[in-house]
Amino acid sequence: MSKQTMSFVSEMPNYSVDWLLIDWIVGLFIFIMIFIYIAAALLSNRNYRTWPTHRYICWLAGAACIGLSLSGPLARLAHTNFTAHMVGHLLLGMLGPLLIAFSAPMTLLLRTLPVAVSRRITNGLKNQAIRTLMHPATASVLNIGGLWVLYTTGLYMLMHHNPLWHILIHIHIFAAGYFFTVSLIYVDVTPHRYSYRVRAVILIFAMAGHGMLSKHIYAYPPVSVPAEQGRLGSMLMYYGGDAIDLILVFWLCMQWYKSARPLVFATTIHSRD
Amino acid sequence: MKKEKRADHAMQRARFSARNLGSGVLFGLGLVGFIDEAVFHQLLHWHHFYDKATSDIGLVSDGLFHALSWFATIGSSFMLADVHRRHAFWPKRWVGGVLLGGGVFQLYDGIIQHKWMRLHQIRYNVDIRPYDWIWNVIAAIMIIVGIILIVRTQTHVSMTKGSKS
Repeated sequence: MSKQTMSFVSEMPNYSVDWLLIDWIVGLFIFIMIFIYIAAALLSNRNYRTWPTHRYICWLAGAACIGLSLSGPLARLAHTNFTAHMVGHLLLGMLGPLLIAFSAPMTLLLRTLPVAVSRRITNGLKNQAIRTLMHPATASVLNIGGLWVLYTTGLYMLMHHNPLWHILIHIHIFAAGYFFTVSLIYVDVTPHRYSYRVRAVILIFAMAGHGMLSKHIYAYPPVSVPAEQGRLGSMLMYYGGDAIDLILVFWLCMQWYKSARPLVFATTIHSRD
Repeated sequence: MKKEKRADHAMQRARFSARNLGSGVLFGLGLVGFIDEAVFHQLLHWHHFYDKATSDIGLVSDGLFHALSWFATIGSSFMLADVHRRHAFWPKRWVGGVLLGGGVFQLYDGIIQHKWMRLHQIRYNVDIRPYDWIWNVIAAIMIIVGIILIVRTQTHVSMTKGSKS
C-alpha cells in the first residue's frame, strides 16, 4: 500500500500550476457566460414571449457545475485524487451539459440575434457535417468512446503532465456530453430529428458502454491511480451515471408519452354507438 | 349503456393488447433488475460489484442488461400510463407480461450470467447449490405462470376481435 502511495506521489504533475490564476480565468469565464445569457434573455423579452424562469435557473446551475469542476478545491483535489476527478467528470461531462441543454441556449441565441443572422445560422445547422455530428450514434461514440480512450490508455496520465492536453480533454468532455444530451433530448432547436425508437436504442447502448467502462476501471484503474481510489471512483461513475441517465430516460419517455396522446379521447369513444 | 361501456373497454383492451403485454414484459425486466440491485447488492451485500472471475463477455452482458432494465422500468411505466388513458389497461395480461419478462431475465441472470459468464455468484462462502436452485426454479415458475396468463388472455383477444363485426 505504502509503495503504491509512494509511486503515486512521484507520478504527480510535474509542471507547476498557478491555481489562483486558473480560478480567476474560470471565474471570469463563468461570469461572462451568465452575464451574456441574462442580457440576451432580457433583450429578447422585448420582442418575444418572456423567457421562462426555470431556464435561467438551469443555465446558472449548469454554469456552477462547470465552474466547480474546473476551479476551486475540487479541481485542485482532482489533480491528485481519482475519486475527486470522477466527481468533476460527472459535473462537467454529464450534469453540467444536461442543465445547459435544458436552458435552451440555441433558442435564446436565435431569438436575440437579428433575423437575417439567425436565418444564416439555422441554414448552417443543416450542413451535412453538423448533421453527422448531431446524430445520436455519433454523439454517443464521441462521448463514451472518448471516455474509453481517456481511461484505458496513457491519455489520463498525459492529461496530468501536459496543460494543453488538460485543457483540450476538458473541453472535449463538456462538448461531447452536451452534443450527446441534445442529440437525444429535444428541448432546444433541433434541426434533425430522429424517432423515439432510434434514440431509445442508442441511449441504452450508450448507458451500457458507460456502465461497462465504470466496472472496467474498478478492476483496471488508469496508470498511477491507487487501487482504493480507482474502486471508489468507478462506483461513483457507475451509480452517478445511473442517476443522471435517469433524468435523460425519464425526459425521453415523457416526450414520447406526450406525443403519443390519443387524438380521439376515450370519452368520445364511449358516446359512439 | 353500462353494457356498451364494457364492450368498448374490451375493444380497447383487444386493440392495445400488445402494448399491455409489452409494458408488462419491460416492467418485469426492470423489476427483477431493481430487486437484484437494491436487495442483493445494496441491502444484503451478497452480490459483488465486480468479481475477478468475470469474463469480458460477462461485463458486456451485465452492462447491457443493467442499462436495459434501467430504461425498461421508466419506459414501461409510461406505457402503462398510456394504456390507462386509453381505457385499455388489462391487469391479467399485464401481470402475465411482468412474470414472463421478470422470469426470463432472472433465468438468464441465474444460468448464463452467474454460471457461464461467472459475473458474480448469488452469495459467497456458502454452499451455492441451494441458492442457485431456488433462484432458477422461481424464475421457471414465473415464466410458466406468465405464459399461461398470456395464452389465456390471447384467446380473449381473438374472441373480441372476431365478434367485432
